[in-house]
Amino acid sequence: MSGWPKNPKQLGKEHLRYDGLVKVTGSARYASDVQPAGWLYAMILRSPWPAARIRAIDLGPASSVPGIRAVVMADDPPFVVRYCGEELAAVAGLSKQACLDALRAIKVEADILPFVAKEEDALRDASPRVFENQPNAAQPREMQTGDAEAAFKTADKTVEGFFQTQVQLHNCLETHGNTVKFGPDGVTCWSSTQAISSVRDGLADNLGIPLDKVAVISEFMGGGFGSKAGAGVEGGLAARLSKEAGGLPVRLMLTRFDEALAVGNRPSSFQKVRLGAKADGTLVAYQLDAFGTAGYASGGATAAGGGGAGFPAPYIYRVPNTRVRQTTVAINAGSARAMRAPGHPQASFGMESILDEMALALGMDPVELRIKNDQSEIRREQYRIAAERFDWKAKYHSPASSEGPVKTGVGCAGATWGGGGRGSEAEVRINPDGTVEVRCGTQDIGTGTKTLIAVVAAEVFDLEPSAISVKIGDTAFPPSGGSGGSTTAASVAPAVFDACQNALADLVPASGMSVPTGPNWRSAAARLRVNPIVARGRWKEGLSSKGVGGVQMAEVEVDTETGMIRVKRIVCVQDCGLVINRLASISQINGGIIMGIGFALYEERILDRQTGVVLNPNFETYKLPGAADVPELDVILQDMPERGVIGIGEPVTIPTAAAIANAVSHAIGKRVTRLPISPAQILGLLGKTPGITNPNRGTG
Amino acid sequence: MAGTLAKVSAAAQSIESLDGQKPVGPGPAKVGLQVNGNRHELEVEPRVTLLDVLRNKLQLTGAKEVCDRATCGACTVLADGQPVYSCMKLAIEVQDRAITTVEGLSHPDDPTPIQRAFVEHDGLMCGYCTPGFVMSLTALFNARKNPSMEEIKKACSGNLCRCGAYPHIFKAAQSVAQAGPAGR
Repeated sequence: MSGWPKNPKQLGKEHLRYDGLVKVTGSARYASDVQPAGWLYAMILRSPWPAARIRAIDLGPASSVPGIRAVVMADDPPFVVRYCGEELAAVAGLSKQACLDALRAIKVEADILPFVAKEEDALRDASPRVFENQPNAAQPREMQTGDAEAAFKTADKTVEGFFQTQVQLHNCLETHGNTVKFGPDGVTCWSSTQAISSVRDGLADNLGIPLDKVAVISEFMGGGFGSKAGAGVEGGLAARLSKEAGGLPVRLMLTRFDEALAVGNRPSSFQKVRLGAKADGTLVAYQLDAFGTAGYASGGATAAGGGGAGFPAPYIYRVPNTRVRQTTVAINAGSARAMRAPGHPQASFGMESILDEMALALGMDPVELRIKNDQSEIRREQYRIAAERFDWKAKYHSPASSEGPVKTGVGCAGATWGGGGRGSEAEVRINPDGTVEVRCGTQDIGTGTKTLIAVVAAEVFDLEPSAISVKIGDTAFPPSGGSGGSTTAASVAPAVFDACQNALADLVPASGMSVPTGPNWRSAAARLRVNPIVARGRWKEGLSSKGVGGVQMAEVEVDTETGMIRVKRIVCVQDCGLVINRLASISQINGGIIMGIGFALYEERILDRQTGVVLNPNFETYKLPGAADVPELDVILQDMPERGVIGIGEPVTIPTAAAIANAVSHAIGKRVTRLPISPAQILGLLGKTPGITNPNRGTG
Repeated sequence: MAGTLAKVSAAAQSIESLDGQKPVGPGPAKVGLQVNGNRHELEVEPRVTLLDVLRNKLQLTGAKEVCDRATCGACTVLADGQPVYSCMKLAIEVQDRAITTVEGLSHPDDPTPIQRAFVEHDGLMCGYCTPGFVMSLTALFNARKNPSMEEIKKACSGNLCRCGAYPHIFKAAQSVAQAGPAGR
């Protein structure tokens, strides 16, 4: 049993967003909106070449452009750039127009080097190397359990497949960037970030100044999805520009084009999968040979983590005998970064696809096959709940058997995620006038962290959440971690709960009232006279847990004449531990599913094989899900308050693409093997585009 | 070559005579804007967008720069009541239009029914796209008394939300539609 109240008044109810009003009225000031006195506009000059040795950069002509106040180089030449979009220099001036003129005036001398833009090309011995002294492909990671080869011989059915997933871009609507003021007393940075603490560390390190001279503020930020965990190259450049401009604040927000090149993406995957099962559906053997790219720094350390292109395999299902071999291959492209549930959507697509192939081979219902092989009791129960809500039994027909040219199909998939808590602190101040302030050095990336803090404090003090003043997004506040890995709720809520309980423990003797909460609050606080009560709290065991399960079922329509796919309905059953704010939880689950729809059907960074240039660096060519693409979403929260708080931001985006792919395959009777599932792929699979010999080949 | 130049020069002169005024730019030019009922006299280069002026000269930062090319709708404002992408309008070309930004809809403490519905139905997460959606739907409700769900979705079809708040945005808009004009 968790340490949370058994019969909460506030926890788990629907609460309005703490900062909803300032967001809908346009008065919320994001990092990109902050305009300290004297601020300068700033922009970055990026490499137009996917690989080049930069011999010299002449900033002179740029610095004499009217309105320009500072110019800096990203590095001292000579240096090598390894992707189109790598930073060369930056300028700051009085207007965007002055900066645009200045960027055009910079002269760069470079030797253009050979490059490689496709994973398959990079694997060849003759390929240009991204790093001269090392092969493009990292040493494969091999893992083995049991004896897969022997087990395949005992299998009654063996199925094989080759599955591919694309490079997906985060495309948070607020671009990456910061407004930085380099003053004599230190650096102040208004950052669009998921981790004010990491931005602070990064800036101090980059500038060689002590931590106590760096303050990072992020009151509002416009989305991150894993990509905004550090100061970034742009943060350091902004600080150096501010210093060069005599301490004037510099706002350096990236352009939408920059976003497609340099600030992260989800790695691609190419998965050769083999699966063996007994006639009763018991999985006995699994084999995976996979590679993918995480960009130029594949396998190496990246600014925001990210690492390689590996993923968990076999995903969620128990197979006693496995042989897994995964490689990350470098290409001349921007580095990957953690993206909402790193690795998992790719893993889910490969595994759930081959599982559906196995179900067909065995003549088994796909849901039954999953329930048979999933070790998670939670997910097995979720499949039953989802199947009933979805009416799975009635909808699951034999493949491609629906009438007419528009075929319907259904598919399902499951997911897991950690989402546990970790060290976070919080401070509560009870003022003599009864007002309550909670301070925490976390940040709200749109998930509703401020609201969550208000709800937890209101619960302890028996007040309304609107009575709580929440102050976050400032490194001057008690330390908390970055908002990544779905850990924020599970980290912050226990720390706030602890701080509030400590404050209450002080208020009882200070007020002389045994129950100072609820209706007694104002009179109890008034007895404090002058000094407020200030109490700290920290995350502790017993209020949060980790490891969630979720399943989704999708129903689609596929027009076999045009190849167009319409997702009609998705049912999602999600384990979410103790829900703090039911309304925000549903919002977040809806959002995760919709992002999964984008991954399934629309989104793909296309890197040109001939030029190494990203061909679709803006929204007219990189399609994000819009209003017309949203199906009926049916979300069922599986409350388990006894487990404490668990994060759900990431697990909900994992199974969507796999469920849709399975539904599309079910509709047309052909296996979808590549994301995004384009109309061209559908027509190719149906043999309706004779010119295309390999429908699975990517666009690039 | 010389002939071409002469033609260009002649063309420029004819444009000049047609307008009855001298061409402006590329340097700063006088631009008068009417925004949220206030008149602003500014000196900006003709290539400067309305969005740039709103955000960076007038400190009206509710409209956001996201794609800067008419695909996301985060910069949506009203020009004479019609929703427009302010990233696609030069400041100098909207001098005779009445511009309304999200800041001009209401006082922060007294939101419009649409804004209130966004809060009540949680039609937002990070909130960066929100002012744009609010403006698009404001224009819809100004034009239609009881819009259908189809019309609501169509009104939002020029706006993108990466957090995926769409279902709750639709709910918010639907609640305003159901309340009818009297409820606004």
